[in-house]
Amino acid sequence: MLSRKNEILQKVNKSIDYKYGFVSDVQENFFPVGLNRNIVKQISLIKKEPQWLLDFRLKAFSHVERLLKIQKFPEWPELDMPNINYNSICYYVSPKDTPKDLNDVDPEILKTYEKLGIPITEQKKLSGIAVDAVFDSVSIATTFKKELETYGVIFSSFSEAVTSHPELVKKYLGKVIPYQDNFYSALNSAVFSDGSFCFIPKNTRCPMELSTYFRINAANTGQFERTLIVAEENSYVSYLEGCTAPMRDENQLHAAIVEIIALQNSHVKYSTVQNWYPGDKNGLGGILNYVTKRGLCIGHYSKISWIQVEVGSAITWKYPSVILKGDYSTGEFYSIAVTNNYQQADTGTKMIHIGKNSSSTIISKGISSGYSQNSYRGMVKILKNAYNSKNYSQCDSLILGNKCGGHTFPVISSHNNSVQVEHEASTSKLSEEKIFYCQQRGLSREDAVNMIIHGFCKSVLNNLPMEFAVEARKLLELTIEDIIF
Amino acid sequence: MNLCVKNLHVTIGKENILNGINLTIPSGEVHAIMGPNGSGKSTLAMVLAGSSNYNIKSGSILLNNKELIHMSPNERASEGLFLAFQNPIEIPGVNNAYFLRTIIKAHKKYNKMSIVDITSLIESYMLKLGISSDFLKRDVNDCFSGGEKKRNEIIQMMILEPKFSILDEIDSGLDIDALKFVSISIGNFLKTNPSSSILLVTHYSRLFKYIKPVKIHILIGGKIVTSGDMNLVKQLETKGYQHIS
Repeated sequence: MLSRKNEILQKVNKSIDYKYGFVSDVQENFFPVGLNRNIVKQISLIKKEPQWLLDFRLKAFSHVERLLKIQKFPEWPELDMPNINYNSICYYVSPKDTPKDLNDVDPEILKTYEKLGIPITEQKKLSGIAVDAVFDSVSIATTFKKELETYGVIFSSFSEAVTSHPELVKKYLGKVIPYQDNFYSALNSAVFSDGSFCFIPKNTRCPMELSTYFRINAANTGQFERTLIVAEENSYVSYLEGCTAPMRDENQLHAAIVEIIALQNSHVKYSTVQNWYPGDKNGLGGILNYVTKRGLCIGHYSKISWIQVEVGSAITWKYPSVILKGDYSTGEFYSIAVTNNYQQADTGTKMIHIGKNSSSTIISKGISSGYSQNSYRGMVKILKNAYNSKNYSQCDSLILGNKCGGHTFPVISSHNNSVQVEHEASTSKLSEEKIFYCQQRGLSREDAVNMIIHGFCKSVLNNLPMEFAVEARKLLELTIEDIIF
Repeated sequence: MNLCVKNLHVTIGKENILNGINLTIPSGEVHAIMGPNGSGKSTLAMVLAGSSNYNIKSGSILLNNKELIHMSPNERASEGLFLAFQNPIEIPGVNNAYFLRTIIKAHKKYNKMSIVDITSLIESYMLKLGISSDFLKRDVNDCFSGGEKKRNEIIQMMILEPKFSILDEIDSGLDIDALKFVSISIGNFLKTNPSSSILLVTHYSRLFKYIKPVKIHILIGGKIVTSGDMNLVKQLETKGYQHIS
C-alpha cells in the first residue's frame, strides 16, 4: 500500500508542471514577423512549390484579407477568445539546415523527440508505428517510408508529396475543407508550412499504424500544418496524431487542417492525443488550438472514425466532422475532453448525412474542473435523400468542482422522415457515493476516483488503437490526479 | 471483544439522527438491528463504515480495540470492516471482474496473489453462490437485478473475509430461492470464519430462519430502546414497534 502511495506521489509531483514544457536549443531560421502577400510567396518559394499551389495560397490569402477587414471570425463558440494580432506572428520557422536524412538532423531535435518518447531514430523505431515528426514549420523525419512503399502506401511530409505526387495533392487538396470554410481554414490554406500526406492504394490494408507528431518549439510563432489522407477502394489505415509544446507566458496559435477522403469500402481511423501546453494555473499562456478537421466518405460503404483525447491547449476550437456522401457510409466520433484551471474547450462534430442508409455514432465525454469551461457542440444534419439513415449520439459531462462548467449544444436537423436519430445526454458530478463504495472495499480515494473516471471514459478509450490506448490512459490518469489530489 | 460502539451521537445538518448508540458485538456472534423506517438503522451502518455525509458529534467506534472514528473508509476496510450496501452502487464503465480483482488485490491477504489465481478464486465463489459467468463481463452493479446486486455484495464479503460485517437489508429484493441461497452462503461463511461477527440490519425476521442472531436490538428514534433474544422478535411480530419500549 505504501509503495503504491509513493508511486502516486511521484507521478503527481512529476506532473504538477506540464511535463513537455521544455524548450529545445535549436538553431532555427525565422521568417520576418507579419502576415502579407510577400510572406505567403516566400513560403511557397522556399518550398519550391508549383504555380498552382502558390495560386491556391494567394486565393486563400485574399480571403483572409477580406475576413480580417470585416473582422469576421467564428463567433458562435462558447469561448472567450483573445484578440490575435496576426501581424505579430512569425509564420515560418525551420531548423537552420534542412536535413536530407536522419543522420543530418540536429542532435538537439533528436534529443527533443527522445525526451518526448517519440521513436524517430533508427534504433528507437517502434515496430508497428511509422512516424512523421513535424518540428515547428517543417517535417523532420518520416520513418518506415521504404517499408511502406513496398505496399504502395505513400507516407511523407506534405512538402515532399507536393514534389513527388503533385497529381494526387492537386486532386484532393481543399476538396473537403475549402479555404472559404472559416477564418482559420483560410489562414491555414494561405500560410501552411508542412504536415503529413498519406495515400493508401486500392485493396490495401496499411500494415502499420501511421502517426504524425507535432511539436511547437520556437517562441512567437504559429504552427499551421495540413494533413491529407486518401484511402482508395477497399483500403484501411489507422492514423495517430500527437501534440506538445513548451511552456510560455504568451498564447501561441496552432491552426491546422486535416482532410480525409475515403473511397468505396475503405476505412480511415484517425486518433488524436492532444496535449498542447494548456497555460499555467492562472490561465496565462497556452496554445490556441483552432483546428478544422473533416472527412469525406465519398464512396459507398466507406467509413471514417475520429477518436480524440483532448487534455491540453488554453483554448480548443475543433469539430472533426464527416460528410456521409456514399450510400451505407459510416461516420464515428469518439471524444474525451478534459479541462482544468482556466482552459476552455468547445469541441464536437458535424455528421452530414447525404447518402442513403448512412449511419453515424457520436460519443462525447467531457470532464471539467477548476475554472474551466467545457462544451460539446454537435450537429447531425440529414439531407432529403438520406433515406433510412441513422444517428446515435451520447454526450456526457462530468463536473469536478463548483466553479467550472460543462455544456452541451446539440443540433439535429432532419429533412427525411425515414431516418432514426437518437440523442442521449447527461451531466453529473463526480459521485461521492461511488467513491465511498470503492473505498469501503479497500481502495484508496485516488484509486477509486481513477477507476470511476476510467469507467466514464471507457467507451471512448476502447476505440483507441492499442499502441495509443496505454499512453492515453496514462495521460488521463496524470491529468485527473493533477486535478483532484 | 470485536465491535464496541459507545455513546454515538450523529447529525445531518441540524437534525439528530443517532442519539447515543451503545452496542457491543463480541467476535463470532451475529446480532440484528431492527426498527421502523427512519429510525436510523442505515445511518448507523453508513457511519460505522465511515461515510462523510454525517456529522459525528461524539462517541467512539472500536474494532478490536482500535478507534475507527478518524479513519477513512478504506482504512476501516483494511481493519476488517465490511458493509454490504442496502442499495449497492452502480459504476457504469467499470467491468465487474476488473473491480473484483482490484479490490481483492488491494487486500493485505491477497496482494501477492497472481491475477490468474485471483480469477479462479472469484470463479470458485461464483459457483458457490450460483452466479452465472456473464456476471464478470458486465459493469459493476450496472443493470443488475436486485438479487444480483445482493449476491455481488455477498461474494465480496466471502472473499475478503472481514472480521466484522454489516449487512444492510441483505434480504430486500431477493426472492425466496435467492434468499435461501444467500443465507446459506452467509451461514457457510460463519462456519469457516468462526471469529467473524455480523450485524444484520433488517425490517423482517424471515432472514432469521437461516441465520440466527443471538441478540436483537430494537432501534427507535436513533436510540436502542431494547435488546433481547428471538423472543423479542415474536413479541414484535404480534404487537408491532409501538408496544416496544
